[in-house]
Amino acid sequence: MPVTVLIPTPLRQYTGKKESVVVEAKNVAEALQQLTSEYPDLRRHLFTDDGKLRNFVNVYLGDEDIRFLQKDQTPLNDKDVLSIVPSIAGGADLYCICK
Amino acid sequence: MATITASTAHLSKDEILRYSRHLIMPEVGMEGQLKLKQAKVLCIGAGGLGSPLALYLAAAGVGKIGIVDFDVVDFTNLQRQIIHDTNDVGRPKLASARETIHDINPFVEVVGYETRLSSENALDIFKDYDVIADGTDNFPTRYLVNDACVLLGKPNVYGSIFRFEGQASVFYAKEGPCYRCLYPEPPPPGLVPSCAEGGVLGVLPGIVGSMQALETIKLITGVGVSLIGRLMLFDALRMKFRELKLRKNPHCVVCGPHPTITELIDYEQFCGIRGEEHAPSARLPEISAPELKKMMDEKKSLVLIDVREPHEYQICNIPGSKLIPLGEVARRMNELNSADDIVVHCKSGMRSARAVELLMQSGFRKIHNLRGGILAWSDQVDPSVPKY
Repeated sequence: MPVTVLIPTPLRQYTGKKESVVVEAKNVAEALQQLTSEYPDLRRHLFTDDGKLRNFVNVYLGDEDIRFLQKDQTPLNDKDVLSIVPSIAGGADLYCICK
Repeated sequence: MATITASTAHLSKDEILRYSRHLIMPEVGMEGQLKLKQAKVLCIGAGGLGSPLALYLAAAGVGKIGIVDFDVVDFTNLQRQIIHDTNDVGRPKLASARETIHDINPFVEVVGYETRLSSENALDIFKDYDVIADGTDNFPTRYLVNDACVLLGKPNVYGSIFRFEGQASVFYAKEGPCYRCLYPEPPPPGLVPSCAEGGVLGVLPGIVGSMQALETIKLITGVGVSLIGRLMLFDALRMKFRELKLRKNPHCVVCGPHPTITELIDYEQFCGIRGEEHAPSARLPEISAPELKKMMDEKKSLVLIDVREPHEYQICNIPGSKLIPLGEVARRMNELNSADDIVVHCKSGMRSARAVELLMQSGFRKIHNLRGGILAWSDQVDPSVPKY
């Protein structure tokens, strides 16, 4: 079923600047799988090498964190909206190696 | 947070006039205004978020405002850091902020800490304050502030910005989740956006910092519904606010029932920063800006590649350079000839180092990185090239 995934600003450079992507999926794992197969550059920003969702990336179904639902097995319904919400830090000069 | 009692304080005639628009609102009134007068708020940083935060807290009549900042005002700050003005460039931010606050409200006591917040000094600085508001917006400080607030049982008013997007919440482990419940770990430095993707719309920290000021005032006066347990997301381009639920993580390492972090740790190490900054460029062939100028003057055949983004090229460029943004280098390598002498540059030399590395892996040998990038070119060769 079609589900909308909202892409946050820092990750839009990997989705061809798209703010949202519609995927066909029955659960969260499928949705993210579809998303990253369509936009492979996104994969390493969302998942660790062993395929786990990174600790600084949260996924919300509506306004609820999937960690407190059924994690990546959380079932999806038609027209559900998933949000990817990474930690951000705009004053990241300390981090920016090319300052 | 500690209940602030209003009984011992009073307002002078001048203060009553100054705060009249608060006093005539029952939600604040005399009781709320006296709570504000007795409140002690610590602002970490007097930058983009810290500016509106400290300005509004001062205007609202918060009795004591502590500010931690060791930075100096520079011209690039002025686009958003409205507590400082053009005459302040070169001055410590603390001195500038203190002056502006006193201009706005001489009744406010400002306590300055001209130091970098660290695991050694944080608990000692925080302990005297009722609310901590973090306006620094970098990962090591954010985890440090969070952990110190959890350990001391104080509320942490959080704000963060990226380009057009902001986040705000109140982390208060006694009543809800902490920042680690939301994000147990920071991103590794390699996945943090570089300066090529940086920048921030100047108004955005104004809005997010004002939200922090508002939440701080609500915590002090006890009015309204706090952002505890909620994360506000603000998209400035679409002018959209969204709200997400935050829950306490039962396994949280600092605020959970079985914490493993019971004292402050080394946060730069935790965030993976130390020692990695200059690794990639060290072993690559480099050329200085004057050397490049000499080669160009001698009309040596030379291909100069600029790997910055098109919008940066529009700000300034070295005449004769060819623009291939770093992200396109792999795909457009066929436009280059490995027999040519190639010099690659960016803003300051890090992105071009990555490009040189990439090209060398593909067999390019007559290739050099311009040390210090176009900034060095401006400093050492052509001062008419603007710096940004």
